[in-house]
Order: sequence, then C-alpha cells, then structure tokens
Amino acid sequence: MTEAITNLVKLLATEPYRLLVFLVGMMAFVGLNAAYLVWVERKGAARFQRRPGPTEVGYAGLLQPIADAVKLMSKQLIVPAGVDRTLFRVAPLLMMSPALMSLAVIPWGENLAARNINVGLLMIFSFASINVMAIMLGGWASRNKYAIISAARVVSQNVAYEIPMLLVAITMIMVTGTMNLNEIVQQQAGAFWHWNLFRVWINPLMPVTFLIFYTCMLAETNRAPFDMAEAESELVAGAYTEYSGMGFGVFFMAEYANILLGCALATVLFLGGWQSPFGILSGVIWFLLKMYFLVFSVVWIRWTFPRTQFYGLLNLSWKILIPVSLLTLILSSAMIKLFHHA
Amino acid sequence: MITKEVISPPGAPNETFVINLGPQHPATHGVLRVKIVMDGEYVVRAEPICGYIHRMQEKMGENRTYAQFLPNTSRIDYLSAMTYTHGFVGAVERAAKLQVPPRAEYIRVITSEMNRISSHLVWWGAFLLDLGGFTPLLYAFDDREKILDLLEAITGSRLTYSYYRIGGLYNDVDDDFIKGTREFIAQMRPRLKMYRSLVTDNIILRKRLIEIGPISKEMCRKYGATGPVIRGSGIPYDVRKVEPYSAYPEFDFLVPTCEEGDSMARYLVRMEEMVQSLRIIEQALDKLPSGPVMAEKVPRVLKLPAGDYCYAVEAARGRFAVRIVSDNKEIPYRVKLRTPSLSNLSLFEEASAGMLLPDALALMGSLDLVIPDIDR
Amino acid sequence: MKNSLKEIFTGFNSLVTGMRITLGEFFKPIVTVQYPHESLKMPKRFRGHIELVRDPETGKAICFACKLCERACPSDCITVEGAKLDGAKKKSVTEYKLDFTKCSLCGSCVEACRDNAIRYTHQYNLASTNREDFIMDLFKRMEDDAKANPMPETPKPEVAPQPPANEAPKAEQPQPAAPAQPN
Repeated sequence: MTEAITNLVKLLATEPYRLLVFLVGMMAFVGLNAAYLVWVERKGAARFQRRPGPTEVGYAGLLQPIADAVKLMSKQLIVPAGVDRTLFRVAPLLMMSPALMSLAVIPWGENLAARNINVGLLMIFSFASINVMAIMLGGWASRNKYAIISAARVVSQNVAYEIPMLLVAITMIMVTGTMNLNEIVQQQAGAFWHWNLFRVWINPLMPVTFLIFYTCMLAETNRAPFDMAEAESELVAGAYTEYSGMGFGVFFMAEYANILLGCALATVLFLGGWQSPFGILSGVIWFLLKMYFLVFSVVWIRWTFPRTQFYGLLNLSWKILIPVSLLTLILSSAMIKLFHHA
Repeated sequence: MITKEVISPPGAPNETFVINLGPQHPATHGVLRVKIVMDGEYVVRAEPICGYIHRMQEKMGENRTYAQFLPNTSRIDYLSAMTYTHGFVGAVERAAKLQVPPRAEYIRVITSEMNRISSHLVWWGAFLLDLGGFTPLLYAFDDREKILDLLEAITGSRLTYSYYRIGGLYNDVDDDFIKGTREFIAQMRPRLKMYRSLVTDNIILRKRLIEIGPISKEMCRKYGATGPVIRGSGIPYDVRKVEPYSAYPEFDFLVPTCEEGDSMARYLVRMEEMVQSLRIIEQALDKLPSGPVMAEKVPRVLKLPAGDYCYAVEAARGRFAVRIVSDNKEIPYRVKLRTPSLSNLSLFEEASAGMLLPDALALMGSLDLVIPDIDR
Repeated sequence: MKNSLKEIFTGFNSLVTGMRITLGEFFKPIVTVQYPHESLKMPKRFRGHIELVRDPETGKAICFACKLCERACPSDCITVEGAKLDGAKKKSVTEYKLDFTKCSLCGSCVEACRDNAIRYTHQYNLASTNREDFIMDLFKRMEDDAKANPMPETPKPEVAPQPPANEAPKAEQPQPAAPAQPN
C-alpha cells in the first residue's frame, strides 16, 4: 500500500503529470482566492466604514462567497435580444482564462511553480493584455450604450497604462538580467534590503519604479480609483451592465484573479517573492504574506479615494508615469553601464 | 449648442445618440430623468424631465386647513424638513399676526441649523458617492445619525419632523437635548477637519471639481438659482441675511461665498456653511431664553384675513418661499411653494452643454438636488 | 516644471493622508446596530401609530367619540363611532379604526384630542405583506389589552408635556454645576 503511494507520488513528480497537478492546484487556488477576496473586500470595506460586514452566513460571514456563488449560479443567464450571442458568452471566459494561465509561471516557493520557464515575465505580460480585449468584447457585444462607452474607455485606459508598465518591466529585466521569475526571486536572497524595491545602488528611483508598477497594476485591473470600466455612478455597471448570473460572476471573479496576479507579480519583481525579509526561513508563507498585504492595500485604496476623471487618468499616464518610467529606465541602464557591468 | 434634437443616421460625421439617465440611475438619486443627447462621451444637450414624483403638494394645500397641511411641508424636501415647516408656519404666523415666543424662535433656529447640517452631510456623502468614493458617505451618515437621534428625541420622528406649530413648537426641548447638542458640536468640529484632510484636500477630488461646471452670476440670475449654488458663484445671497426672519438677526455668522463658480466652489461653500451652522447653534444654546414655546391665543379654528402673504426661509438648498392667498376661510385659496431645487436644476441644461458625462454628473451632484423638492 | 513637481508631491501627500485616515478608522470599533439581533430603544416622544388610552381608575377607554381626531386627520385615516351605553351620561367609543396605509404619523390626532384619550405607541416593526394588517381596529386592541391586564398602568406623562412642567428641571440646572466650581 505505502509502496503504491510512493510510486504514485513518484509518478506525479514526473513531468507531464507534475504540470497537470500544478495546473489543477493553481486553478483551485485562484478560484478559492477569487471567491474569498470578495469576502476580504467586503469585510475590509466594512471595517474602513466602521461596519461589521457580512456576519450572517457562517462564522464572520465566511460562507458568504459560497452563498453568493449559489445565488449567482441559480440565476438565469439572460442574453438580451440583439446582442452578439457568441461574443457575449465568450467574453467572461476570455477574461478569466489569461489570469489562470499567467499564474502558472509564478514561483510560489523555491520549487513551487507549475512551469519554471525562461520567458515567464514575457508570458505574463502577453496574456495580461487579453483581459482588456475581453472587457471590450463584452461591452461591445452587449449593445448597450453604457457598455459601449465603457468598452471604449477600457481600451484607451489600458493602452495608456500598458506602456509605463512595460517600461518598468524592461527596467526590471535590465536590473535582474533575466525574464525567469524564479531567478529574479533568487537574486533577491538575503534580508529585505536585497529586495529589488530597496536596491537603490542599481537605481536610486527603485521605490518610484515600484509605485509606478503598482499604479499601473491598479489601472490594468480596473480597480478604484481607476475603475472607469464599471464606474457605477456614471455608467451603471459599464461593460457588465447586461450580464446576469454567472456571466457577471465570472467577470467578477476574473477581476479578483487579475488582482491576485498583479499582486503576485509585484511580490516577485519587487518584494523578493518567497524570500524571507530576515534572510532565514524562506518559503511560501512569506510569498503569501507579501501578496496578501498588497491585496489588502488594493482594497484599502479602493475604499479611500473617489474615482479619477477619465482625462485625469490619461494625463497621469502620459504626463507623469510614462516620463518618469522612461527616466528610471534610462537611469538604471546608465547606472548598470557605469557601475555594475560585468 | 444643438437646440433641436436630431439623431443623425449612422455614419454621419456628427453622430449623436441619446442616453436616458434615469428615472432609475445611480447618479440621479431618485426619480429624476435626464435625457442626454451625447456625442461620444460629450454632452450635447441634457434635458431634465421632471414630474416622476409629483405629489400635488400645492393642490393639497388648497383643500385642507393650515394645521392639516403642516405635516406635508416636511415631506417636500425630506432632507430639510425643519426649514420647510418653518417657511410654512412663518407665512401663517405673519398672516395671522401671531407673536411667537422668543424661546420658540431660538429653538427653531437651533433645530433648523441642525437640520441644515444633516442635510449637507447627506449631500456630501451622496456627492462623493457620485464621484466614486463610497466611504465618506458612511462617515457622513455616522455624524448625521447623531443629529437625527437628537431631533428624534424631541420631535418623535427621524426625518419628517413636523415639529413647528403655527404659533410655536409642538413641545419644549429638554435638558438632554441641550447637553447632547453641545456634545455634538464638540464632536463635529474635529470631524469636519477630518473630512477636510480625507476628501477636500484629496488631489483626485480637486482634479475632478476645480474648473468643472462653472456657473456664472448671470446664469444664476437668469434661472433664479439660490442657496449654495448662487453663493458659490460669488453672490452673498442668503435669506437669513437679506430678509432676516425668526431669531437670525441676533446671531453672528458669516455667509460663505466663493468667486469661482465651479463645482469646487459650491463644495467649499457647503462645507463652510456647516461650520457656520455649528456657530449659530452654539450661540443660540448660550442665549436660549426661558419661557413658553407656544404663542398665546392661537385660535383652534384658524382663519387668515383675506390677503396675500409670503414668507421665505433659507433652506439647505436655497430660498424656500411660501405664498398663501387667503379669502378669509379655514382653507387657503392658493398655496404656492417656491422650492430651490427646481431653479437650481433648470440651469443644468445650459451649464452642462459640451461637458463630459462624468463632469456633468459632478455638476449635477454639486447642485444638491432633491427630487421630491423639484416635483413637489 | 517646479509647479508641477510641487503638485505631484502635494497630491501624493494628500493621498497618503487619506489612506492614513481610513486606516485609523479601520481599527476603531463599529458604529452600526446589528438590527435583527439588537434594536434601538425608541425615545419617549417617539411618534408611532396611535392607540387608545384607558382610564386608570375605571379601566375603560377615556375616549367618548367626540370625533375631533377624525376631523383633524389630514389623510382621513381614522374612523370613530360611539354610542350612549345604558345609564351613562356621556357617549363611549364603540369603534376606532386606523387605516395605517394612509397614516403619515403626523400626530394631528393626538394634538387635537382634548382628553389625552389617544397616545403614540412605540411600535415600529410594522412591516407586513398583507394590506389588511394595516387597517387596525384600535378598539379591539384596547379590549384585548383590557382582558390581559384589567387595570392599566398610569398614563405616561410625556405624551403631551406642558411647558410649565419643563420649567422645573430648568430651574434645577445650575445646582449640579455649583458644587463643581470649587474644584
């Protein structure tokens, strides 16, 4: 019996099976997180507003996401007359799947990644752009005036924010010299001053770079204060106006999956991934702590600020973030060339 | 500005479309419908369509006695019920030549100003909600709750108080109320400071309000805008100062104005008005005279002498005036209610032309509309 | 350039200040009342719907169907009927119906009543899916109450407080403050 189990474990550790196990595990992890981040958001919002938040379903409302999911699933999936049926149904899936796929390359621990590939960073950025298209398709296919305005907003917003985000990513690739996420984390070994966030001897503007990345991540995931896509006081629910039941539910979960991905990526790039801040006892727990701290800060920001105006958002990107990220790019390349080249 | 509504065929260079903002829309706070002709995200023409909550308040005034119409006045603008009742009882008292005891006038001033603060708090929260910030609403409601508790303890109701009576008050305030109000003033001042650093100084909010939706003095005159809207455009028009009524001449307070006329100016005027209201309440509590709260010899069956009477008060949204035409009967011949929200809304069409949709909504929020007050 | 840099810094500072404030609120206790589990006590002057008051001496209704309340009501929601019982000098109430669907809780009826024969209840959980539940037979309610406890409690004095009654506590007000001054 024990032999069978060890054989099974050995089998699962070999390549194709290992990948499969990881992918299933990752999907479960993301699904659970997406559901429970809704709970975190509601509880967090409630505490910021001095309310208790959900309390009725389960202890401290812990079963609330399940109740919500059951409710959403039991609702009719209304496809309004006149919409493009295929696109309308594909859009939510198209938003969810890139986030799931991108998480496959995130190194959760030293040997805990579904796929440790050399172009992990590139892969994440290429997939991350798909969710823009998903929202646009959803808005466009709905044939609702609010949804179409929202779709147009999403595209211009994401074009504007993709650029500084990629400039920051290039800076990070230059600083680390690799696109392999696991290697990036390994380079940040030691105590917290080895994290990329604090490596000011390579680039004195490193904390600013992190802030740019974080801002762009908020904008890319359409989170407040950049939630132009579903500005509920202007566009009712934006691109999601016509979605009901689980169609809306998947969009909603995808939003949280994207936040999770963004925070995980920020953790890997700037906060030393699974490295311990004290240089000892590194492991997956540190990764999760850092990532959830970032998630909490996203919630915190949402429940503090009003929404930006649309041109304010574009001004911020084109007039501040892009010049500053170009500056950090040039500065770090100059620093590497002058002081750190091998 | 397009004056005639034209929907161009698809493909035409000036392709506009119509959005029906409301009667059910998160930004219209009730049942206001705004029909917006849009060019992309720009508002070409926004036409407010009123009447979804028309309740014939004026007609109701014509078929019931003065005392019976009195509860209705707190339901015209449910957020400043006290001031509206004040306007109505003021008109009747002026006509019947009733002398209201000073204690009653002082308590009227205290409760009216508390009502003004609570109304401005609702506006503040709802305005921030329009701008996408949810948390300030809950903070504002937390503070408003304290006012409502105080007013509930003396009037018996939380929103539609009907506290004033023709000739005085329904009943006297107790010591708990005076003590509670003083505590509230002490609590509210640091809260207003907190609001300032949380919201007013916030860069996102400033970017959204400064230079957005400017309303000129001429436009205010043209449409008869009053209240914080006209004061935000630099005209110090406040009924409490220009047509002093009740006990207001006895208090020292400022009429805040802002020259800019943009949404931020209206915002700042309202925030400063809360500070001034706190000052008025404090002075009134210090000087509160003793004595009865009901005038002597208020007739049980009230018949106003034939004539035309008007009385105006400064409600939270502007000038509220009641005009009563009496033909010496128990029931008025005509009751005309001049409500501020209707005038303030009517300038929206001109002011919002050419704005972006979110800016137009910020402008609408800064006008502080209460829909039952528009339709009444 | 200098101005825009300054704007960036003040703007960033304002954002940090805002976040500091909300984080401060995060750790403060909650302020809401968890309604179905706990509810607030209504203040003494709370204007609920009306009920008939019973005479503390006889246990019968004070109301003698003078119909002042019926006339005072702006919404026509009160129906009162009375009859002269055998051997009684005055009429007494035999029917008192309140159509709560129309009532706006203005309190005109209680004020119109010269004998304090009606008063406000403190009930506020009045939701129902049935319209008939709001056509309240107050006379029957009073009779049911009379069966349950034959002698009523003394009527609450705060129903219609007279201004002179409030003069007394006001005169006492300086007294608690006086001993505090030497400290």
